[in-house]
This record gives sequence, C-alpha cells and structure tokens, in this order.
Amino acid sequence: MAFFDIKGLVTPFTALTQLGKAPHTVTFPYHKKETAERYRGLHYNNLEECIGCGNCSTICMNEAIDMIHVDGVEGGKGDSGLRPRVDNGRCCWCALCVEVCPTGSLNLTKEYIYVTPDADAFLWTPGVSNPEGKEIISFNSSVETSLGMYNRIPMPELEGKERIKSFAEVMLYYSEKEAREEATRCISCGLCTEVCPAHMHIPEYINAIAKGDDNEAIKIIYDNNPLGELCGKVCTRRCEDVCAMQVRGDAVAIRWLKEYAVGRAETADIIKEIVNPEIKEPNGFKVGIVGAGPSGLTAGYYLALKGFDVTIYEANKYAGGMTMYGIPKYRLPMESLDKQIDYMKSIGVKIEFNTKVGKDITFDKIYNSHDAVFVGVGFQVPYKMGIKGEEAVGAFPAVNMLFDVNNGKTPDIGNKVVVIGGGNVAIDGARVSRRLGAEVTIMYRRRVVDMPADWEEIEGAEHEGVEIMPQTIPVEIITDENNKVKAIKYLKAEMVADDKGGRPRPVPIEGSETIMEVSSVIGAIGQEADYAFFTEEALKEIEINRGRMVVDENMMTGMKGVFAGGDAVNRTADAISAIADGYKACKAIEKMLIK
Amino acid sequence: MIKLKVEGDTVVKAETHVGYLHRGFEKLMERRNWLQSFTIVCRICVPEPDPNELNYSRAVEEIEGRAVPERAEWIRTMMMELSRLASYLLWFGGQNGSSGLYTMPQWSVGDRDYILDLFEELTGGRVYHMYIWPGGVRRDLPDGFADKVLQTMDYLEKRLKKYDDLMFANTIFQKRAQGIGWIDPKKAVEWGVVGPPLRAAGIKSDVRIDDPYLIYDKLDFEVPTQTGSDVWSRALIRRFEFEQSISMVRQCIEKMPKGEVYNKIPNPMKWTIPAGDAYVKAESARGEFGYYVVSDGSDKPRRVHVKGPAYVHGVTLLERILVGANIADVSFIMNSLGTCPPEIER
Repeated sequence: MAFFDIKGLVTPFTALTQLGKAPHTVTFPYHKKETAERYRGLHYNNLEECIGCGNCSTICMNEAIDMIHVDGVEGGKGDSGLRPRVDNGRCCWCALCVEVCPTGSLNLTKEYIYVTPDADAFLWTPGVSNPEGKEIISFNSSVETSLGMYNRIPMPELEGKERIKSFAEVMLYYSEKEAREEATRCISCGLCTEVCPAHMHIPEYINAIAKGDDNEAIKIIYDNNPLGELCGKVCTRRCEDVCAMQVRGDAVAIRWLKEYAVGRAETADIIKEIVNPEIKEPNGFKVGIVGAGPSGLTAGYYLALKGFDVTIYEANKYAGGMTMYGIPKYRLPMESLDKQIDYMKSIGVKIEFNTKVGKDITFDKIYNSHDAVFVGVGFQVPYKMGIKGEEAVGAFPAVNMLFDVNNGKTPDIGNKVVVIGGGNVAIDGARVSRRLGAEVTIMYRRRVVDMPADWEEIEGAEHEGVEIMPQTIPVEIITDENNKVKAIKYLKAEMVADDKGGRPRPVPIEGSETIMEVSSVIGAIGQEADYAFFTEEALKEIEINRGRMVVDENMMTGMKGVFAGGDAVNRTADAISAIADGYKACKAIEKMLIK
Repeated sequence: MIKLKVEGDTVVKAETHVGYLHRGFEKLMERRNWLQSFTIVCRICVPEPDPNELNYSRAVEEIEGRAVPERAEWIRTMMMELSRLASYLLWFGGQNGSSGLYTMPQWSVGDRDYILDLFEELTGGRVYHMYIWPGGVRRDLPDGFADKVLQTMDYLEKRLKKYDDLMFANTIFQKRAQGIGWIDPKKAVEWGVVGPPLRAAGIKSDVRIDDPYLIYDKLDFEVPTQTGSDVWSRALIRRFEFEQSISMVRQCIEKMPKGEVYNKIPNPMKWTIPAGDAYVKAESARGEFGYYVVSDGSDKPRRVHVKGPAYVHGVTLLERILVGANIADVSFIMNSLGTCPPEIER
C-alpha cells in the first residue's frame, strides 16, 4: 500500500454524510428516555399488600434495605407493621428484593431520575415516598417468576377407605427428604412466632431442619414447648394462618415440620439424650398442679427443670387431659403422648393418677401443702343442646363418646349418626363414628366456611365419607316407646346479614321442617369447666367470669399463690395456648418464690 | 496505573501497578449467599458483564448438578454474542479515541446504545443485566423482542460498512496500527495471551470451538485469524468477529426452541450447594474467561476465583510489548489488547 493512499484518505470523509442525521441518543432534559416494560428503576411498595416480612431486607446484598415503622401502618396478625426503606445510595437495582417478596407488593418502577441535595432523602420508603409509583410499576414478580417456593410438599395420608377401618394414624408424616424440602420454603420472617401463643422459635427450628440438624430442632422446640410432638400432630397452628407464603401460595407446614423433628426421637430416653436439659438442684419449694393437661404438664416440666418439687394431681388414669381423652387416636396416638409424658417424669415431674381433686384430695390440702398451686382443669363438661329429647338413649355429648372410645370402649351408636356442631370436637365425633361403622351426618347452623373446625379436619371428614349439612338447625330428637333415639327433626336456615356488621346469622326457614331417621345424636356444641373442687373460701377469692377463671398478667388468680391456665382461662381453648399459659405460669411462680 | 521509563519518546521500561481499583469482589462473595453473589459478578467487567454472570452460573450449576432448560442455553448464547457486539462497539470507540479519530467513538458508543436498548428490554438493566443466573435466565423474551433483535442486527450490519469507510479503509488508522504492539507469535501461548490478540498472532484458539459450551456446537460460524500480531491485525479480528456475532445472534433467534427458561432454585436464603469445585470457561470479547468456584457445602461460596484475560493482557503482556513503543502509542496498544482494569483487580 502506497504511503499516500488517496482512497484511504478520502473515504473517511464520507462520514460527513451523517452530519444531517438526528441523534439517536436522547438529549436530556429536553427528552426523557422511555424505559422498557421490565425496567429496574426506583422501588415502589404497595403498603397494603406488604406484610413487613423483611425478606427484601434479608436478601439485599448491599444492606440497602431496612425495615421501619411507617405512619398509618398498624400491623397486626400476619403483618409486622414494618415496611422496607431503601437507601438509594446503596441500592444496585438487582431487584432480588422483588424476586423474593412473598406477597408481590414490592416492585421496581420506570422512574430512574432522583435528584436531591438532601443526603438523607436518599433513604426512600417505597410507597410512602412515591405513592404514585403504582401507576408506573415495571419490574415485578409473579408466582411463576418469583423465587418463593409457594407449593407445599404434600403430606402423605392414608386413603379414606383404609382410614375408617381402624384408628391408625391418618397422617403418614414427612420423610426426611420431604421435611428438608418443606423446611427450605420458610423465609424466616418470624410472623408465625408473633401469633404463636407460646411464641415458639419457629424459624429457628425450621432452619435447623432445613440444614439437616434435627437434634438442634428438637432442642429449640423443647426450649418453650415440652409437648412438641403433640403440637406437631394436633396444634391449631395459627402460625400457618399468617405464614408469609400463604399470601400467594401454601403456608409452610409448620405443624408437620415440628412433628417431623420431634418424631425423630422415638423414645423418652432419646428425647432426654437430645434435649439434655439442665436440671437445677432442688430449691425446696413445692408446687401442686391440678390437672395433667397441656398447661399443667408444661408448668410442671419447666418448674421441675428449675428445681421445684412438682406434683400433678390427675383425676384420670392417664395424663394429657383433653388431648388424651378428647382427641381421637388416629390424630394423636397413645404411644406419642406416653413418650412425651415419660420424658417429663424422667426429669422429675411427679403425677398422681386417679386422684380427683375435690374427691380424693381436697383443694385446701393441696393449697396448704404447696408453696404455689397451678390449676389447669380444662373444659370437660359438655354444654346441653337444649332441645327436646336430649336425654334419650342414644343422644350423648361427643366428649363423652370420645372419652369412652379413648378408654378402649365401643359405644353403641347404631348405624346412622347425626353430629350437631361445627368445631373440631364435632369433626372428631363424626370421624370416630365413621370408624365405628356408622353413616355420619354433621348438622351445622351456619355455612361450611363458617365452621370453626380446622379446614384439614373438615376435608378429612369429607374424605372419609362424612356428610356435612350446613345451615341446618336441629329442633327435636324424636324417640321411640323405649325412649331411644329414632329420628331427628330439623329446620333449614338461611343466612341473614347482620345489621350490626357481625357475621351473618342463620335464620330458620319456615316450613322447612324435615325428619331424618337416625340411631344416635351426638352433641358437640361446646364445653365448660367444673369448678366444684374449689372450696367456698377459694371461690370467694377466685373470680370466675362467664365460665372462665380471671387471672392477672402473671396467670395468677385472685387467690395468692394460685395460678391458672389452659381452656379454663383463655378463650382460644387449644393445646398451644394452654402450653403457653403453663410456661408463663412457671416463670411467674419462679419469680414469686425465688426472685 | 502504568509507570513508564522513557528515553525521549521511547518507552524503555513499563511497570504496571495494580490495586488502585480493587473492590474485593472475590472476597465479598465469601460473605454473600449463592444468589446474592450473582449480583456482584457482573460488576467485575463494566463493558462486558455477561461472561461473568454466565461463568458464575455455570460453575454453580456444575457443582450442584442443576440442569438448565435448553431454551435458556440459547438465550444465554444470544446474550453472549450481543454482549460481544456491545463490547466490540465500545472497543471501536476506545481504539480510535486513543488515536484521535473521535468520530468513531461517537458513532460506535451511540450504536452500542441500540444493543443496550435490547438488554434493557430483555433484562430490565442496560449495563448490569443480572439476567443469567444459576438455573437459567431470569425472564423469557418479551413479546416482539426477537424482531427487534433482528432489526438491530440488520442495522449494525449496515453500520459496519460505515465503520469500514471511517476506520478500516482509513490510511491514517492503518499507518498508525500496522506494525506496532507486536506480540511474538512464538511466545504468545507461553505468555498466556488469549482471544483476539492470540488469533491475530495466527493461532486459531477460541473456547467456543475448542471446548464448546452453551449451544455453540449448533451454530454455524467461523473463527477468523490474522498473522500480523499487531494492533492492526487485532482490529481486523474484531471487525470480522463482529460479522460472525451478528450471524450467530440471528441463528439463535431463528433456531431457539420453545420451552422453559429457568430451573428454579430453592429459597435463596436456605440454598446450599454441595461441597465441590468447578472450573468453567467461556470466550469473552477479550478472550478466554474462566471462573473457579469452590463450595464447602454451605450457603455461601468458599472461594470464587476469576481468571480473566485482562490480567495477562493488561499486566504481564503490556509490560513486555510496551518496551520500545512510542509514548503516544501506549494507550493505543493497551486498547488493542482489550484490557478491562476492574477485572484485573477483582
């Protein structure tokens, strides 16, 4: 090539032809670039959809997000009340916060220009700083694209036909692989801990399961719940109702994971070996506990660990209270309870069985021979239905039938049973009746969605062939000449909106009266406590309001040194609340006697 | 930083000093979980972040044994070639900016914006895409994206003719580039030279051919070589590869199968990778780009080591070939090697 290549010197000047062309880059501030559909600009958070789980803050590798209180956001069950605040000076717009947001409330917008001389203004509270952001959302995540694991690992169960042949456990529970995978779904937000009456360390033990450290999980569970396996099988699991994953998917199976972990310890000895609790030297104080239900057992367990001399007085042959006698064995097998109670005995909890307070031993005697007393008597006496024929042969309360069945008896219920009620006891009564070979119908005043029973229990009952007749009000039990149940007369009801804003009421439909031939009628409309064991003097001090003992913040009744908990105190009437009460009472007793 | 010892206008000794741009990416990753780390790697090279994302993801997938959907592999390949085009466009600008042909940077950086537009539409980000992640890619192509890609390719093909007129046919550029920055072809492999500088030395070496990854074995393309081993030869390599990449992007769009684009990872906060290690490599616009990732079985990388071409090209090689060069050619030679300083100082 010659040194002066004319073509090579002239050709570059063809670039001049481009001079007249409009620039293809934008000339800010005269023009602003339109951003793409999924552009990752400034954050926007839908404050109403956000539950304040803090997952965005956890994933942020720049630590640009913190969770703060925001005016107008109160929080509550399933909502921490906190909202993310982004430091725009630290954010790198990776949008992982969006990808892991379990509710989909956090998004990035088309907005990308943010100029301010105020350095503090770089702290940006999405949704508060830019309420108009909703209109310009660009990068978002759907259930499909999100990194949330929204689908629960299905729980293996016995087939419906198999179930009704025996009282074998219906749930087959997670295998190790299934449990690890299910545990991995948890985002450790801790919203569950807030609503758990016992404030169990749920994210922590689930994390231990996810990491494959089941023993660690067991230890964490026993930290504030000595009946982990019981809860793992039958807890009302309010934790799952607020699980961050249930907003757009299935709640993490917190209950089954607990069962998985504690179920690894097959005997009381193994539990003791794993939990390896520190048992303090005897401190000389004696605590008497009335009733070996969940609250009494919990108080007893933690008091014994702290060196108290604990004696539980139990009217029945076995411990467990309503969980022993009220919950059918296909949900909570005898061996499971035995194991947990044997472990408690092994650390020093004494239980006097077949000792009914008020009959075999007076309340006074217990009160006078102990430094503190805990009363956890539960709700054992069933309400009456208040309809004609209730006293007939073949009409009985569900709790009585469950008590008999759990005691190994087979009540004669005939082949066509009607269960009245919509709670867990009604479902238990119905499912037990199916196992006794009867055709079963549940009559409930309101709609199925209004039933207070656990949805899984309702599904289980339906799966086993139980018929549910919602909006049905029984009016009379018709008997034969021997005063034996022959049929039930009922009315259909329509739901009428409540003027005061309450839930809709069932109102009988005139002329809808129907008669159904049945062999038994089982009532399950609630229970109450029996306080006959208290002496008159005690009842002067212990206030009883609408069937429940009134306690202070330390679970102490009006009578000094007498504490109470469980169904006879709190309205939630479930095992976990009773456990929480027992734990709280233990702390209070310790505080009263020692500190 | 390069410390030069000169006699008159001639460099007699070149000494590189690293550390002024060190941000500790590799170390940062040891304190971030596996997914968080994915957002760091792109920052290792600003002009061409995608090979980092790809290599990190492939290494993690290899240790974990995570399958990647086929469509995602095609999209990744398309991304890699778009990334190469964007990187070369920036190089066109850099190479000519350092020789005073300032029209070229204005054109090529402007044209690069068309590719950034594509990136923005596909990934949500223009420069840092954070799009290729373990298990596949973050999102599928948006509606109408394929057509836009093809239109952009047609445009760039036309523009390449203009670049020829302005740059490659330009006597001044030719005179300036020919014969300088010579790398001894006999020593090139020994010195660890890779990518366009190695191919410009007559050695046909390209990871896409030698050790095919993604779906490069299903694409029809050529690996150009030159023999001059100087700045001019390296420029020609990039110019010819630019055409090849346009063709590859078109093939990706045409042949891409339908299907899933992502094999979802578990909850990132509880995602652990079994203990193990993996070395993966890809052909970046600057040459062979490797990632060595070690897992100790936890939720964070134990070690991520980046073996980028810039370390060899920008440190050891540069110190050698600058000796004897005119001081005015220093940045010109450096640009011809495709050096990316943040990648040296991970």
